[in-house]
Amino acid sequence: MGQENHTDVVRSILEKHSNTEGALLPILHDVQDTLGFIPNEAIDQIGKGVNRSRAEVHGVVSFYHHFRTNKPGTHVIQVCRSEACQSMGGEEIIAEFKRQLDIDFHGTSADDRVTLEAVYCLGHCACAPAVMVDGVPRAKVKISDVSDLLGDLGGMK
Amino acid sequence: MTTKIYVPRDSSAIALGADRVAERVLEVIANDKLDAMLIRNGSRGMVWAEPLLEVETTEGRVGYANVDPTDVPDVLGAAMANGGQHSKSIGVVDELPYLNNQERLCFARNGITDPVSVEDYTAHGGFKGLHKALKMGSEQIVEEVTESGLRGRGGAAFPTGIKWKTVLGCDSNQKYIVCNADEGDSGTFSDRMTIEGDPLVLIEGMTIAALAVGATKGFLYLRSEYPHAEKVFLEALEAARGQGYLGDDICGSGRVFDIELRRAAGAYICGEETSLLESLEGKRGMVRAKPPLPAIEGLFGKPTVVNNVVTLASVPYILANGAKKYKDYGMGRSKGTLPIQLAGNVKRGGLVEKAFGVTLRELLMDFGGGSASGRPIRAVQVGGPLGAYIPESQFDMPFEYETFSQNGAMLGHGGIVVFDDTVDMARMARFAMEFCAIESCGKCTPCRIGSTRGMETIDKIIAGEDRAANAELVEDLCDTMLNGSLCALGGMIPFPVMSAMKHFPEDFCLEPGLEKTAA
Repeated sequence: MGQENHTDVVRSILEKHSNTEGALLPILHDVQDTLGFIPNEAIDQIGKGVNRSRAEVHGVVSFYHHFRTNKPGTHVIQVCRSEACQSMGGEEIIAEFKRQLDIDFHGTSADDRVTLEAVYCLGHCACAPAVMVDGVPRAKVKISDVSDLLGDLGGMK
Repeated sequence: MTTKIYVPRDSSAIALGADRVAERVLEVIANDKLDAMLIRNGSRGMVWAEPLLEVETTEGRVGYANVDPTDVPDVLGAAMANGGQHSKSIGVVDELPYLNNQERLCFARNGITDPVSVEDYTAHGGFKGLHKALKMGSEQIVEEVTESGLRGRGGAAFPTGIKWKTVLGCDSNQKYIVCNADEGDSGTFSDRMTIEGDPLVLIEGMTIAALAVGATKGFLYLRSEYPHAEKVFLEALEAARGQGYLGDDICGSGRVFDIELRRAAGAYICGEETSLLESLEGKRGMVRAKPPLPAIEGLFGKPTVVNNVVTLASVPYILANGAKKYKDYGMGRSKGTLPIQLAGNVKRGGLVEKAFGVTLRELLMDFGGGSASGRPIRAVQVGGPLGAYIPESQFDMPFEYETFSQNGAMLGHGGIVVFDDTVDMARMARFAMEFCAIESCGKCTPCRIGSTRGMETIDKIIAGEDRAANAELVEDLCDTMLNGSLCALGGMIPFPVMSAMKHFPEDFCLEPGLEKTAA
C-alpha cells in the first residue's frame, strides 16, 4: 500500500472518530488494524486531526507495547513471558521460537513472514504455556509444537 | 426433542481446540441428520477438562472432557443413543465435586448459558437485580452495596459502597462508570471469563452502578490481548440494547445509560485506575497523583466510578438477593465470595469461586489436585506479578484480605500461580524487577530506575558477586521503591522480590535469616 493510500486511510479513520471523546487510542487502533502498523507520516496527520502535537502523538504511540511503527511480517506470533507460562516451561518455548525464526522479540524473520512479540499474559494461565498466532490462541504448547505451528504458516524452512 | 450440545466459545477452550470440536459437531449433526443443535456456551471454569463438550440429557448435562475433533462422532453417537457411555465421559457436570464444592454467585451462569442470549440470561435469574434497582432510589442502592461489604476485586479491596457514595455525592452534569478490564496480572483470567462467558452480568452490574450514582455513560476498558472477549462483549451490548436494557429508556424507566468498549494497548500500568483514565483520555498511561480521587475528578475531570469487572459483576447478585445474603458468605471483613484462579503448574487449573476463608492448601490440593508435573509444589505466587511468593509452610492461611496482608502477602485479583520444585526463585525475583522495568510508566524514579538497578543487582547475586552486600542493596532498594512510588507497581514489586529472598534464600546462595525487613 503506497503512502497516498495511507493518507486516505488515516483521513477516513479521523473522520469516523471526529466526535469520539479521547479519540487517540481508538484512532491508533484503527490505523494499526488497517495498515498493520502506524507509519511515521501518519503520526503527523493524526496529530493535526486531533489537535495535538506530533510529539504528543509519538509519545502515546511509543508508550504502549501494542503499537508498532514498522511494518510487521505477514504473521504475528505473540508469546507469553509471564509467571504462569514460565511455571510450565514457557521460557523454552520462547527460546525455540527465537531459534527457529532466528530473531529476537519485536523482530521479523528474514523472509518477512513472521514477527515475534512478547506479551505479558494472554489469560490462558490455567493451560499454560500460551501463544497467540494472528489472534488465534494456542495453549499447552509443547516444544515439538513450535515447528508445526510455524509450518502451518507456510514458507518456513 | 432437539438435543442441545454445548461447546464453549471461551478463549482458553478455543486455545485447546474448542473451535475445531464445534465445527466437527456441526458436520456430524448435518451428516447423520441428528435432531440436535450446537450452543457455544461460556466455560464452566474447569480449564483442565477443556474442550468440554456437554450433551443435555434427562439426567442433566453430561460432560465429555478433553474432546478432540476425532472423538466427536463417537461421543455424539454414545450420547444420543444410550445415555452417554464413552471413555471421555465425566458424568453429569453439575454433580462434579470441582463445581459442587464451589459457591458460585458471580459465576452462577458461566458455562451454563449462551453468553449473548438475553433470553437465556433472564431465564437463569439475570436482570432481577436491575429491575429491583430501578424501583429503588440512588441512596438505597448505594446503601445496599455498602451493607453487603463488597470490596474492590481488582486488588485494592476498597469498599465499593464508599466509592459509589462519593460519586453520588458529587454535583456534576456528567458522571461516568468505568469498568477496568485491563486484567494484566499473570495467573488471572476471571475478568476474561466473565466477559466471554456471562457478559450480560457485567452490563447489568454497570447499569446498576450508573443508577446508583447518576451516571449516563460507561466505558469498558478491555485489554488488547483479549480479542475474543471483545467480540463477545460487543455482541452482548447489541443484544442488551436490542431489548431495551441499555440506551435512552432502560426497561421503560426513562433512565439513560449506555456502554462503549475501549481497547487498551498492552500497558500493564493501565490496570492502575488513574493511568487507565489517562489512557481513556487518549494520553500516555502515566499514573496521576491522588488526590483528587477519580470519584471526584476522574475521566475528563468528571466524577467517575472505576471498578473491576468482578466487582461490578458481583453487584446484580447483591441487589437481587439482598446485602445480607451476600454478607453471609466470607469471614472477617472479607465478605462474599472471590472467584479464585488456579494457574500455572497445577493439575486441575481453572476458576474456583469460593467464600473467603478457604485455605490455600484446600485450593491447591482438593481443587487443584497438586502440581501438573507431579512434582512437589514449592511456591505459589498469589495476586499477580506484584504478589508475594508463598512457601508450603504458609499453605494453611485462609484466603482473606487481612490474613494475607498480615503475612506480607496480598490476594490481589485472586490469581494463584503454582510452581513445582524445579523453580529457581532467584530467577523469579529477577523477573519481577525486569517486569517492573518494562512496565513502569516512568513517573516515579524509584520504580523507573530502581527496577533496572534491582535487576542488575540480582544478576550480581546470581553470578556470585559479593552476595551478602548485594542482597543488602536489593533490600535497601526495595525499601525505597516501596515508600517512594505513587502506585502499586513500584510500591509492590518488592513483595515478590523480598518474599523470594526471605523464604528461599538457598536459591540466592544466601544464609537464612540474612534479610532483616523482608516483606
